[in-house]
Amino acid sequence: MHPSETSYDVIVVGGGHAGVEAAAAAARVGARTALVTHRAATIGAMSCNPAIGGLGKGHLVREVDALDGLMGRVADASGIQFRLLNRRKGPAVRGPRTQADRALYARAMQAAIAETAGLSVVEGEVDDLIVADGRVAGAVLGDGRRLSAGAVVITTGTFLRGLIHIGERQVPAGRVGEGPAIGLAQTLDRHGFRLGRLKTGTPPRLDGRTIDWAALEMQQADADPVPFSTLTERITTPQIACGITRTTQDVHDLIRANLHRSPMYSGGISSRGPRYCPSIEDKVVRFGDREGHQIFLEPEGLDDPTVYPNGISTALPEDVQAAIIAAIPGLAHTRIVRPGYAIEYDYVDPRELDATLQTRRLPGLFLAGQINGTTGYEEAAGQGLVAGLNAARLAGGSDLAVFDRAESYLGVMIDDLVTHGVSEPYRMFTSRSEYRLSLRVDNADERLTPRGAALGCVGSARAAHFAAGQEVLARARARLDALSLTPNEAALHGLALNRDGLRRSAFQLLSYPEIGWDRLAAIWPDLAEVPPRIAERLRTDATYAVYLDRQQADIAAFRRDEAVRLPASLDYAAIAGLSNEMRIKLDGVRPTTLGQAARIEGVTPAALTLLAAHARRGRESARA
Amino acid sequence: MPPAPEPADTIFAPATGFGRAAVSVVRISGPAAGPALDALAGPRPAPRRLSLRRLTDAATGTLLDQALVAWLPGPATATGEDMAELHLHGGTAVRAAVLRALGAQPGCRPAEAGAFTRRAFLNGRLDLTEAEGIADLIDAETEAQRVQALRQLEGALGRQVAAWRDTAIDLLASTEAALDFADEGDVDDSGLDAALTGRAADLAQDIRKTLADGRRGERLREGFCVVLAGPPNAGKSTLLNALAGRDAAIVSDIPGTTRDAIEVRCDLGGLPVMLVDTAGLRETADPVEAEGVARTRRRIETADLVLRLIPIDAPEPDREGGPATLWVRTKADLATASAGQFRPREPRNPLPLAGRGGGGAEGTAEPPPSPPSSPQGGEERCVLPHDATAETLLISARTGAGLDTLLAAIQRVAEASLGGDALVTRERHRDALTRTVIHLDRVVAASPDYPPELTAEDLRLAVRSLGEVGGHVGVEEMLDRLFAGFCIGK
Repeated sequence: MHPSETSYDVIVVGGGHAGVEAAAAAARVGARTALVTHRAATIGAMSCNPAIGGLGKGHLVREVDALDGLMGRVADASGIQFRLLNRRKGPAVRGPRTQADRALYARAMQAAIAETAGLSVVEGEVDDLIVADGRVAGAVLGDGRRLSAGAVVITTGTFLRGLIHIGERQVPAGRVGEGPAIGLAQTLDRHGFRLGRLKTGTPPRLDGRTIDWAALEMQQADADPVPFSTLTERITTPQIACGITRTTQDVHDLIRANLHRSPMYSGGISSRGPRYCPSIEDKVVRFGDREGHQIFLEPEGLDDPTVYPNGISTALPEDVQAAIIAAIPGLAHTRIVRPGYAIEYDYVDPRELDATLQTRRLPGLFLAGQINGTTGYEEAAGQGLVAGLNAARLAGGSDLAVFDRAESYLGVMIDDLVTHGVSEPYRMFTSRSEYRLSLRVDNADERLTPRGAALGCVGSARAAHFAAGQEVLARARARLDALSLTPNEAALHGLALNRDGLRRSAFQLLSYPEIGWDRLAAIWPDLAEVPPRIAERLRTDATYAVYLDRQQADIAAFRRDEAVRLPASLDYAAIAGLSNEMRIKLDGVRPTTLGQAARIEGVTPAALTLLAAHARRGRESARA
Repeated sequence: MPPAPEPADTIFAPATGFGRAAVSVVRISGPAAGPALDALAGPRPAPRRLSLRRLTDAATGTLLDQALVAWLPGPATATGEDMAELHLHGGTAVRAAVLRALGAQPGCRPAEAGAFTRRAFLNGRLDLTEAEGIADLIDAETEAQRVQALRQLEGALGRQVAAWRDTAIDLLASTEAALDFADEGDVDDSGLDAALTGRAADLAQDIRKTLADGRRGERLREGFCVVLAGPPNAGKSTLLNALAGRDAAIVSDIPGTTRDAIEVRCDLGGLPVMLVDTAGLRETADPVEAEGVARTRRRIETADLVLRLIPIDAPEPDREGGPATLWVRTKADLATASAGQFRPREPRNPLPLAGRGGGGAEGTAEPPPSPPSSPQGGEERCVLPHDATAETLLISARTGAGLDTLLAAIQRVAEASLGGDALVTRERHRDALTRTVIHLDRVVAASPDYPPELTAEDLRLAVRSLGEVGGHVGVEEMLDRLFAGFCIGK
């Protein structure tokens, strides 16, 4: 070992949402872990909008929580406007979301990190990787310190060759006020990683004290806030309201007149930004015929006057930003605290990774978060957890874990990334999950907590809490299955059923839209004792029962294809009959299963048949 | 032995066409190809050399043929497996006997259509990208089949399905927008509106119409099936041979010679027709013959057209209902005096396509599509005597009298049944489209308070079923549509 070398099992580079989950997960698994960040005080910072969760993203938070991750608990401790989205729609598409007090969030996250045993925070900038025998063996800091480790997780967000654009002005930076990571980008270049460039943006921040709130429509928090974490009893943070305003034709005219000064339209930026989070310039150009675009005015904290105007991300010059803000109803006299900007950054083509988030090119190196081409705190946190878990297992000599599409949104996201790569920053949507009806926020713990316990990343407190909850659920379900009524008996209770003489269980009754838990409890009073969360959960199972049965068949078929493993050493050139085009497509991804190969764009059934035959042949010769 | 794609059985099939030829080749492929060759031809010859062997039936010791045989050990063979070839003397009797003897070998079975190609493909001996269209092209025996195979290659079905899928993806994107972006001010989250339901209903109706084509496409691929039926010694085999112009069936004067069905594929005016000779229909105590009669009845039930043959000197039989039938008096040469009595006539009754006892679930309920614009067809509908009052055709297979008229009649029925631009040519496609309709129907039937995520689920499954026909659909396609149509992003 180098004389000045400090030794760890796992090093995590970056203290954002991916980094903290990676470091905490690695430490939970028992790895001696170092979290390396520029400044410990920026751990858990929310660089963009001050909110956690949402549609699709709420699923990820619940899954991180089910694996004993931090994000759910920290958001519960700092959320100031909880809202359950899609409340009126079905449970499979509901999304818990909260705005968070930026300061409370960072404080709670830093406390959670400090409490984690085996986790040290190291202040510094990682400049290079130590590579020995083709494997990552540690990291070199900017000041020359060397840290050795069995595995390294890089979670540098938008820092790799970050370049901020405000109008014609360009500033190299990872985020406002912090320098970009150049050394690490060069390291990745040197090792041959395929890098690409993406763009994202953020709106100007406003001084809330200068907003005319009285003139605005307000959006209230839910009266009964639903927490993210199953370990959170209830939300105690005070809840606030958001303001809603809209852009006007005047605003649109201003933007059109200054479009040539926006780097997205002047040619200053050519990289792709997210379609679901367009700049206001894009909205006006693409949907300028709309009367106006909605803007949510979201306070950044209980004691912080800063307001985040959600919906007007922009890279126009500061003077134009000021004119735009002044033209928006309710903001005539509003002061801009900090201008909006666009930022371009390097990302690594995620097809360089396998589903454990380890790079194929450099064993021992894991990547998580925006560096993989995603966007969003929740996407970052989910990847961080998986990467940290696997880094610790690799360092400890255990098998690595893969989460599949039929089990979790984590699996959907990672499979999408490593199979398809990205052409814009990747964000989770519920529609990305083909098993959406099965993968719900209300059963995330059931899907993942036992798995997490087996993998070593779920602590005893959560495991015990989960087991207790499962017992209540199982008892309630058994009770529902045991109770039953004939149509005649149901009629006595005022329930109109088909007079077919068939006895129906309480569980079957629950699938009728008009029969809620209250009606059942009126017939069988002991059901009233079932906790509301469990009752709600059983109602969902009943509503979806028919679809879930079919989905189980789909999942079985999916797992059959996933079970056909393609050897890592598979030489596509040696498979006779495979066209050159197919070889190139397959080589770019190097699928690990036949199922994954089938999901690669443009891979034909003919090619899959050949791969299947080849895999089978490999198995047979291995047996022989 | 080469590694097989699956614990493979061994298949065999004639490699050369049916009918008269100097040489007829039978191919065997699979792990038992070598042992089967040993059993029939004695000591195995050196690899890849044609050797003269006496073929005997291993079970009975009967001499089958004097043949050239080749032993082709895998994997450097057409299928990638062990193979053997038997070059027999032309003639269907010899070949039938050899095929029977092979079928008695352990692990050997007759190949289903395309089995050799599929094995070749699985073993990496072929690169078939548009496999199905190309396979059909190779198989195409007639002009009409060839045109259809080309249409499929060029994507006639693919284009139609792509258009449907396009609509379905639109519907899905609208539904998903309300689910995934309900928190966006600019997305209407009221879910499925009436317009959307209307479009789903139209789409289901369009697909339904295409499915109600009387399975024309599949029949064009498989051949229009004409079954020759009648009492023993009515001259079925003689007629078959005369029609096909080949010596396909074993013809003799002993009643009951043909105990099993014999199929001959032929080309009638560019249309693929499968002629099936059957065992004579009569009461019999012989269990083997009784089985043959039972099989005949089954063939009649599934036939596209039945030729009922009655010798000219036999009494008029009862004309029971059933599949479309042509009544044919045979052996006209035996009753020259009465030829005028059964003057062959141009049949003239229109043939209703729907409601024919074709046997399948398809083509029963729906009215027939408008008559095809076949080259000769025009608005003249196919005509055929199909009930008890219908005309009877009179023929003599021996002299050839009346055969042209009979062929013309068969051809017209086949044209009416097969003509037109068939879109759905495979059962697999039909199945996928049928499922699509089921999902769309559920979308249409959903009440306003039906959970929108379940409607989305049905739309997703509809898109997926459509994708099964024309290549798969990723979620990205739906998202592209969504982002193009909605201004998403707070």
